[in-house]
Amino acid sequence: MKVTGAQALFRSLEGEGVDTIFGIPGGAILPAYDPLLDSSVRHVLTRHEQGAGHAAEGYAWATGKVGVCMATSGPGGCNLVTALADAKMDSVPIVAITGQVPTPVVGNDAFQEADITGITMPVTKHNFLVTDPGQVAETIREAFHIASTGRPGPVLVDIPKDVLVNETTWKWPERLALPGYKPTTKGNQRQVVEAVKMILRAERPVLYVGGGVIKAEAWKELHELATTGRLPVVTTLMARGAFPDSHELCLGMPGMHGNYTAVTAMQKADLLVALGSRFDDRVTGKLDAFAPDAQVIHVDIDPAEIGKNRKADVPIVGDCRDVIGKLSAELAKRQEEAGGPPDRSAWLGQLDRWRETYPYRYDQPSDGPLKPQYCIERLYEAAGGEDTIVVAGVGQHQMWASQFWRFETPRSWINSGGLGTMGFAVPAALGAKAGRPDKRVVAIDGDGCFQMTCQELATSTTEGIPFVTAVINNAYLGMVRQWQELFYSERYSQVHLTYDTPDYVKLAEAYGAVGLRVEHPAEVDAAIEKAMSIEDRSVVIDFRVDSGEMCFPMVPAGASNDDIIVGPEALRPVNDPAEAPIA
Amino acid sequence: MSLHTISVLVEDRPGVLTRVAGLFSARGFNIDSLAVGPTDTEGLSRMTIVVQVESKPLEQITKQLNKLINVIKILEHDAGTAVERELMLVKVRADEDSRPRIMEIAQVFRVNVVDVTHATLTVEATGKPEKLQALLQLLGDFGVVELSRTGRIALARGERGIRERGLKPVKAAGADASPGWDGGGV
Repeated sequence: MKVTGAQALFRSLEGEGVDTIFGIPGGAILPAYDPLLDSSVRHVLTRHEQGAGHAAEGYAWATGKVGVCMATSGPGGCNLVTALADAKMDSVPIVAITGQVPTPVVGNDAFQEADITGITMPVTKHNFLVTDPGQVAETIREAFHIASTGRPGPVLVDIPKDVLVNETTWKWPERLALPGYKPTTKGNQRQVVEAVKMILRAERPVLYVGGGVIKAEAWKELHELATTGRLPVVTTLMARGAFPDSHELCLGMPGMHGNYTAVTAMQKADLLVALGSRFDDRVTGKLDAFAPDAQVIHVDIDPAEIGKNRKADVPIVGDCRDVIGKLSAELAKRQEEAGGPPDRSAWLGQLDRWRETYPYRYDQPSDGPLKPQYCIERLYEAAGGEDTIVVAGVGQHQMWASQFWRFETPRSWINSGGLGTMGFAVPAALGAKAGRPDKRVVAIDGDGCFQMTCQELATSTTEGIPFVTAVINNAYLGMVRQWQELFYSERYSQVHLTYDTPDYVKLAEAYGAVGLRVEHPAEVDAAIEKAMSIEDRSVVIDFRVDSGEMCFPMVPAGASNDDIIVGPEALRPVNDPAEAPIA
Repeated sequence: MSLHTISVLVEDRPGVLTRVAGLFSARGFNIDSLAVGPTDTEGLSRMTIVVQVESKPLEQITKQLNKLINVIKILEHDAGTAVERELMLVKVRADEDSRPRIMEIAQVFRVNVVDVTHATLTVEATGKPEKLQALLQLLGDFGVVELSRTGRIALARGERGIRERGLKPVKAAGADASPGWDGGGV
């Protein structure tokens, strides 16, 4: 059967089970937009290619499936670069399809030509330039295989216009020629046994859970491991929801703006069990001073992560689901022989005391000013639960969202972790809602972030993909302002955005969404209630919050996690003698 | 810092050299020399890379190299465990006085003179990197006009060699069945 390259492309996408793609047409990708009309694949027309890229990421985060975005050559592909880099850092499986100028003029500086495979080489897991329509199906299969297996990541497929137009004989490849690609998924049982022995010996263990647990869908196995061994759990920014915040063993988020208990538990631990986490600098603080007494068991599907930042005493390469399952089974077996888990009541008791002494806190005066944490807490009270997906941008609002939302289920939290991409929230929320229309999607965004990608509200309206955006509007690039306040003697440089330009309510209305404004604590609940009652349109709530509010706790960049600053009144290292390390 | 020699078996595809070289530069490492050529298996090339790093970053480099989809296999040669050779062409200033002395040096080093002019001699030399270095130092006294070196190539000593393994196709993840397409639509 003869098909064009473009037809082969859509048959292949259908074959991979793709239901939705995000993109914008243009010259070189034009031939692909014709068979789209006859395909079962839904195309969501975004207003910017970066929006398409982040939407594909949001879709992948929310569904666990591969997200797909499509753009034309040159500027189209270039606009995808930020989203690809974001997906690379956070191991998000997406496939980007770009048009390319026709093969005879490749390299001739043709109109809208850019060497997109060259440009995206460092920010993709892999990329392809297809030179023959007969390779389209095979390449798409390889792209999905690479994006979704091993450590997931972005894959770009660049297809010149003539390859889309020319005909080939349709063939769906069952097997792929990828001789250099063999991810190790099964954990070594001998290493598992070593790890379990170490866990049983540990007096102050902590499970350091990262995004790999969610990628591997290993949350049941994690729950089993934690409860079997009575092992306390920290969930990194990438792993929020992998273990329920309400669980007594959950210590919450560690890191630069993590809570005191999670940060200090890792500092004082004698064993860290790193599960799909990568000892990122935002978690470890000053690496030399991080968890100085801890031995490390490091489980990761990517061998390059093991030993990259911190030496692993027991390295286990494998898929988190497989390895955590094995760890939990072996631990259960050995504990049964020993008559139960070791007595670690002193450690668990210490953690409880820290939790009581150092919860996240803020003060909301009843007469204002409005505090960002209060807005997020009230949002959580109204919308929290397993039917809601929360999406955040990057900055103070992101940290407050992670701190004050209570995550109980995996895939209920979406954000830009590793790359820290401002402007991620609105398009990612769009993608999440497109992938999970059964869920309520709430974007918690900053005013700086929101202005980078808010044009996707138009997409939301025209495509009927509604979500709520809470703009935590403090009139500033707040996190930068905070650093200037703390570390640059309050010399504020290029951080003031103003509360009212743009007018977020009018902006929302211009995009066909509902705009609400909240300036006083007393107005918060009513606005949230109204926003939650609207299901057929997107809603933007302009929360005008206190500009001076800073995000705490905080470990200053480059400092040791021992020097965590718990709040504004303690802008000095916390050295409470009552908190001396336990034996 | 010490010199390390790595052999990398790669798929012979466009862009593979860029991927490998880009990986080194992205992580801030300088490649001392790089030699690429075909292998006895069609579709596979072999790269020999010499890099100056500590052993910990080297481990990170080889792990990252292994992650490249087109990289099939990597072998790091420990000092003394590999036969290492390099080819060098060097054009030296040579007048009537110096020509016999250069020929003499060439003889001692068992290398060939491959081109002669009134003013120059071109020497072709193969051997261990140390030998070429010593030769170059001597020839330097006469004045080097031009120099071209291939960079090191290496094979591990002993019976075994790095071979492509498991070049069989893999089963695709996800949907197994051919898309149910009835010939209409697309």
